[in-house]
Amino acid sequence: MAKVFIYPTTSLILTDLVKRFGHEPLGAAIGIRERVQAAGFDSPPLQITPEEPKKGLKWAAVEVPSGVRGRMAILGPRIEEADAAIIVNDADLAFGCMGCARTNELLIYLLRTKGMPVLDLVYPTSEEEGIAFVAAIRKFLRELGGAKP
Amino acid sequence: MKRYTPSYVGTVTVYIFIESTEITPEDIAVRAYEIAPRAMVKETCFGLEVTGKPEEVDGIVEKIRAFDPAHIFVKDRGFPPGDPRRCRANLGGARPGFHGHEFELTLIDRISRGLEEDLHPSGAPVPAARSRPRPPLPVDQLEKILSEEEPAHG
Repeated sequence: MAKVFIYPTTSLILTDLVKRFGHEPLGAAIGIRERVQAAGFDSPPLQITPEEPKKGLKWAAVEVPSGVRGRMAILGPRIEEADAAIIVNDADLAFGCMGCARTNELLIYLLRTKGMPVLDLVYPTSEEEGIAFVAAIRKFLRELGGAKP
Repeated sequence: MKRYTPSYVGTVTVYIFIESTEITPEDIAVRAYEIAPRAMVKETCFGLEVTGKPEEVDGIVEKIRAFDPAHIFVKDRGFPPGDPRRCRANLGGARPGFHGHEFELTLIDRISRGLEEDLHPSGAPVPAARSRPRPPLPVDQLEKILSEEEPAHG
């Protein structure tokens, strides 16, 4: 079972398809769950503590805003453990503040430079494109091998 | 700062979205309790939220998806249901994350069509998927279209 990083990291469609076809999707929910279920000091709303921007220094320089480094503390470890990635290139839902926007740019850069298989797609605009979208993901995941039956 | 004691440690929470004309969230919620009585199941307008031990939740997902495989979708969630940091009962307005689901649910019928084709292939050739958005319309082409639609007065 391969670990597949999904972008947008909160995508319902990509999470479902990767899991349905027998692999493990790596998105934002896993990192958030780890923090929400870990004891410590109360830091609502996402349990992001002042430690997170320090951890984010592994992926972003110190002059990069703390918002980007904090987000990278959640998503950076997921990229490191990923065996492959699926990127949807026209994901309007990934729109956000400058922290989100710059983190997204850094994420895509890191995914492309890691040297792992990456599938680029855009969201389907018709039923024919929907068939092509699902078939492309199915083929990509099958080629990774090791799918859970 | 005050100490934080997490709840539902060791559990996973998933959203189950039901876009089916064959089955309703209410039917599925009852089935979910039958499959794993110790899991926490919350019925919502779009489907269910299920919280429990990973093996319980996986069992529920597998059996529920079998009811209508091309129209039931599952996604991980970081927070447990009703968490005051996320629940709209405390915050007002839409739950953070709702807008992403709302956007993707407008496309979900196309994904369902793709899954139906995957489950029961018609034999028709599958087109290649696009990997880049369509380029924007060039300005000269737009001007040409406008001039054809609206002849110049004068």
